[in-house]
Amino acid sequence: MTAELRDERVRSVSRLSRLLSRPELGAAAGTVLVFVFFAITAGNTGLFSAKGIINFLEVSAQLGILAAPVALLMIAGEFDLSVGSMIGFAGILIAIPSVFWGWPIWLSLLFCFAVCGGIGALNGLAVVRTGLPSFIVTLGSLFMLRGLTLGLTRGISGRTQVSGVHELALNDPLNSLFSGQVFSGPIAWLSDIGLIGKRADGLPSISGIPVSIVWWIVLTLACTWLLTRSRFGNWIFAAGGEANAARNLGVPVARTKITLFVMTAMAAALFAAIQVLVTGSADTLRGTQKEFEAIIAVVIGGTLLTGGYGSAIGAMFGALIFGVVQMGIFYTGIDTDWFKLFMGAMMVIAVLFNSYVRNRAMRSR
Amino acid sequence: MAEPYVELRSVSKYFGSVVALKDVSFDVCPGEVHCLLGDNGAGKSTLIKTLSGVYTPDEGEIRVQGKPARFASPADTRNSGIATVYQDLALVPLMSVARNFFLGREPMRKFGPIRQFDTEFANRTAYDELAAMGIQLRDPEQPVGTLSGGERQCLAIARALYFGAKVLILDEPTSALGVHQASVVLKLIVQSKARGIGVIFISHNVHHAYVVGDRFTLLKRGKSTGTYAKSEIDRDQLLNLMAGGKELVDLEQELTKAARSSPA
Repeated sequence: MTAELRDERVRSVSRLSRLLSRPELGAAAGTVLVFVFFAITAGNTGLFSAKGIINFLEVSAQLGILAAPVALLMIAGEFDLSVGSMIGFAGILIAIPSVFWGWPIWLSLLFCFAVCGGIGALNGLAVVRTGLPSFIVTLGSLFMLRGLTLGLTRGISGRTQVSGVHELALNDPLNSLFSGQVFSGPIAWLSDIGLIGKRADGLPSISGIPVSIVWWIVLTLACTWLLTRSRFGNWIFAAGGEANAARNLGVPVARTKITLFVMTAMAAALFAAIQVLVTGSADTLRGTQKEFEAIIAVVIGGTLLTGGYGSAIGAMFGALIFGVVQMGIFYTGIDTDWFKLFMGAMMVIAVLFNSYVRNRAMRSR
Repeated sequence: MAEPYVELRSVSKYFGSVVALKDVSFDVCPGEVHCLLGDNGAGKSTLIKTLSGVYTPDEGEIRVQGKPARFASPADTRNSGIATVYQDLALVPLMSVARNFFLGREPMRKFGPIRQFDTEFANRTAYDELAAMGIQLRDPEQPVGTLSGGERQCLAIARALYFGAKVLILDEPTSALGVHQASVVLKLIVQSKARGIGVIFISHNVHHAYVVGDRFTLLKRGKSTGTYAKSEIDRDQLLNLMAGGKELVDLEQELTKAARSSPA
C-alpha cells in the first residue's frame, strides 16, 4: 500500500518539470536562440569559422573567468562591484614592479594575486563586520581602487599606461600559464584533415586554443563542483538563502562570504594577468564596467539577485551569449552602438524569466 | 517516575529592573511530553532560551541527567542532547529537503584525495527519516519551500532527532498551522515520546496541549502557577488557569447581561 503510494507520487515529478526548474535553463535556451539568430544573419560572414569561433570564445572566456566566482558570491547573497577596478589595479600591480623595479614577471604575478586577495578579504570583512549592503561597500572599493590605480601609476610612471611587459615576459616560467595557446598539435591535425580551414600561406587559420578559454572552462567546472558537490557549496546556498537559519545550524556564514570575496578579487587578478601578458601592457582604465558585465552574465545565467539560487554553468552560458552577441554584431555589420541596448534588454528578459522559474521551483509539485 | 533528563531548579532571570522569570522550576523526563503554557509575555520565551543555552540564569541551577550543568552556548546545549526547534525552524526554503536536513553537518564521501557531499546518502537518509515519521516525500531534492507548514515542522523535528536529540524543545509548533497540519505535528510529538524522547511543548493552545501532554506547567507574569499531571486537571480547568480563561468568562457574563438589559 505504502509502496504503491510512494511510486505513484514519485512518477508525478516529470523529467520536464524538473528540467524546467533548473537555473541554467533560461541561459541555455538563450544561447541556442542567439546562435540561431546569428547563424541566419551572419552565417556566411565568418563568425562561425574557426577564427570567428575563437574570437568570440576569447571574449566570452575573459568575462566568464570573472562571472563564475561572481555567480558564487551572488548566490551567497552579495555583490562585488569592485572587480572592474580590481582588473585595472591588478594589471598595474603586475606591470609596475616588472617594468620599473626590475622584478621578474613571476614575482610580480604572485605579488598581484596576494595583494588582490588581501583587498578581497578586506571587502568581505567590511561587509560582514558592518552589516552594510555589499553593493555600497564594494561601490566604495570600485571608486577607491580606480583612484588608487590612477594615482599610483601616474605618480610612478608619469603616464596612465605601462607597456614593455612582453619583452620581460618572454622567458618567464609563468608566462605560458596566462598567455599563448594550447592544443596546437590537434588543431594542426584538424586542419590537415580539412576540418579547419587554411590561410593562403598554407598554415591553419588558427594556431591553437588561447589559454584563457581553458581557464574559463576549468574555473567554471571548479565553481560548479564547489557549488553542487562540496560542503562549502551547501554553505553558499544557505548563506544566500537564509543566513540566520544557516548561522543557527553552525554554518560559518561570515567566513563563507569572505572567502567568496577573495575569490572574486583573485578572478579579477587572473583576468588582468591574462590581459597584461597577452597585450604586453597595463592601462589604468582596464576593466571599466566589467563588474556590470559579470553581473549581467550571472543574471542571464539564472542566478537570483536576492541570492540563494543559481549556477556557475549558467554564468558560463551568460558569458557565451555576451561573446557571441558582441562579435556577432561586429560581423553582421550592425552598428556596434546597439550592443549595449541588446545586452541590457537581454538581462531584463532574463530576470523576468528567472523569477518565473523560481516561482515554478517553489510551487508544490 | 523516571529521573528528569533536564531540570531547572528555582531559576530566576532578570533583565535590568524587569523580572522575566522568578523562582521557576521545570523538568522533563525521557518519554514524556511536558507542556509549557502561558500568555504572551508570561516568560515562556525566556524559559526556552534559558533551557537552550541562550541565556544563563541569574539564580537557580540547571541539571542534565542529575548533574549540574552550565551551557556556554546553544551549540553546547545541542551537544548535550537538548535540541530547540524555534518557530522559524532554521530551514532554507530554496534548498532541497536533503540539503536542509544536513545543513551544517554535511555527510562527506571520499574519492581519492577529494571529499565531496554524499548526495545519495543525504537523499536516502532524509527520505527514510521523514518516511519513518509518516511524511512521504515526493522527492528528497524538492525545495523546502514546496513543503507545507506541517511538513516543514516535521522536517525540523526529524533533523533534531536524527542528530541525537534526547530532549526536544518545540516552540509553538502548531500555532501557525491549520487543523490537519497541526494534527500531523501532534502525532509526531506522540511518536517522539514513544521513542523515549522528552518533549517540551510550548503552546498557548490548550486544546493542542491537552491532547498530547502528560504534565502541564503554567507561567504567569514570570512565575510558575504550578505543574499538574494530566490526571489532576481537566481541559476546562486548564483553560481557566490560562490567562484569559477567567477574563473570557467575565466577558461572556457581561455580554449576556448587556444583551438581556437592552430591548430587542
